[in-house]
Amino acid sequence: MATIAELENIASQVRRDIVRMVNACSSGHPGGSLGCADVMCALYFDALECNPENFTIEGKGEDMFFLSNGHISPVWYSVLSRRGFFPVSDLATFRKLGSPLQGHPTPKYNLPGVRIASGSLGQGLSVGVGAALAKKLNGCDHLVYTLHGDGELQEGQIWEAAMYAAGNKVDNLISIIDFNNAQIDGKVENVLPNGSLKDKFIAFGWEVLEMQGNDMKDCVRGLSEAKKLTKKGKPVVILMHTLMGYGVDFMQGSYKWHGVAPSNEQTVNALSQLKETLGDY
Amino acid sequence: MRKYTILGSNDTRSGFGQGLLEAGKRNQNVVALCADLTESVKMGAFKEAFSERFFQIGISEANMVGVASGLALSGKIPFIGSFAAFSTGRVYDQIRQSVAYSNTNVKIAGSHAGITLGEDGATHQILEDIGLMKMLPNMVVINPCDYNQTVQATIAAAEHVGPVYLRFGRPKVPIFISEDTPFQIGKALMINEGKDVTILATGHLVWEAIQAGEMLAEQGIDAEIINIHTIKPLDNKAILKSVAKTGCVVTCEEHQYNGGLGDSVAQLLALNNPKPIEYIGIDDKFGESGKPEDLMVKYGLKSNNIVEAVQKVIKRK
Repeated sequence: MATIAELENIASQVRRDIVRMVNACSSGHPGGSLGCADVMCALYFDALECNPENFTIEGKGEDMFFLSNGHISPVWYSVLSRRGFFPVSDLATFRKLGSPLQGHPTPKYNLPGVRIASGSLGQGLSVGVGAALAKKLNGCDHLVYTLHGDGELQEGQIWEAAMYAAGNKVDNLISIIDFNNAQIDGKVENVLPNGSLKDKFIAFGWEVLEMQGNDMKDCVRGLSEAKKLTKKGKPVVILMHTLMGYGVDFMQGSYKWHGVAPSNEQTVNALSQLKETLGDY
Repeated sequence: MRKYTILGSNDTRSGFGQGLLEAGKRNQNVVALCADLTESVKMGAFKEAFSERFFQIGISEANMVGVASGLALSGKIPFIGSFAAFSTGRVYDQIRQSVAYSNTNVKIAGSHAGITLGEDGATHQILEDIGLMKMLPNMVVINPCDYNQTVQATIAAAEHVGPVYLRFGRPKVPIFISEDTPFQIGKALMINEGKDVTILATGHLVWEAIQAGEMLAEQGIDAEIINIHTIKPLDNKAILKSVAKTGCVVTCEEHQYNGGLGDSVAQLLALNNPKPIEYIGIDDKFGESGKPEDLMVKYGLKSNNIVEAVQKVIKRK
């Protein structure tokens, strides 16, 4: 099991990957990717039981992860490659013609790690619920994880799935909400307020945890606690407080970096703030 | 004209229910999901036989599509059922991303399709579903013609690996296809060989086409009638072979012909062998409340309408 310091080192490299990938194709979504770098490292290098060398769509005998907010594909691709699902050098092809690393994730080109397409928001929780139901039918003890943006919770389908999961005791499911209060048009509270997400999920019948998503120690703690709460009759949600763009000072905390690529100059600046720990791709 | 006997009468949705039960017996990976319309879409027998494989999703069709996709990833063969209006149009983006683009092994069942849903009116009478579904890459589109064919189509859908849209209806319609008639996805079924005109019919309009064929025979017109139960992939070979012989076509469907079978056939002919074509179908209109039979008459989907279309298309040869 990785130490906190090791996980932080990986996250620093993942953040470098994100900035370089988005800069290289002059498009993509750095803000949410940077904000979720810590939890994705904690997940893939600590909590998630997975088989990078023998990836299967079916996910038999392992945990499954679904990225519902598919636009933060840079962080997922980087973490998958750093975890050994596919060569790190493939990150250089992100969003380029013929690459399996599409702008938004898809299983179409058999990219190891990706089981279903996402990009159109709000669908991943339902998919996760289905995968969790299949695990129960198949007698598989492993868990299903999903990740969502807080802006994404404005999609009605999320609440259909939330109602279903609690009503049907889908208790082998852990959903993580990237609670950064930022979406394309501004702060979530200004665009369309979510109200109290904690109260909402409790009212829907979920077990609710909170954690600091840009504190590696707290990510490890939060995921570990969430795991302990599974299989007790309720689905589990983690409200994960993050800053959009975390780790790059001029992006941090601003919704304006949701879907804008840094210029070459800004990229040099950003990389100077992020330690190269595992070697750039 | 080959003689067809009415073997009975039943709704095609009941054929789906029977086929689903049979598919469930044959393969334990078959699961069914419903959005509060279990009896209407005839999933009750499956639910009773395999309660652990039946999921009541509630009135949330979008979630139903996603849950089905998740189940499919782990090797299940989910059938999702609702009225065709709600299992296709209402959840088009969910189907597009989580089913078609992701190529998940989900079977979408659309019951109560078309105007013959009747009294509920236009909100429920979807006439665009074939077009919506056939435009999606990876999607197979099947519209069987009677109870027996729907049983077989449902079993075939379960055996096919990949997304399938299966369309069927509410009212009782004649059964005229024998239980042992072979059914193969994408393979058109010859109903009657003829030489003067090709009538391509889908769904319960095949029966109207047969009746039209008998009326045409009395006028000395020898109609070739082909049942196109699979709209995608279309049996191009069978259609082109027939049209090469007859030189003209009438398509028959309970659907907008813009986007429906008529549209698919017109494209095929335009690219390969342009010949006169006439459509029996809905011409850019919404339906309305009424008895199914009265609506069939008002919207021009009856055998006499087919006869008129044949007379017209033959003159254009």
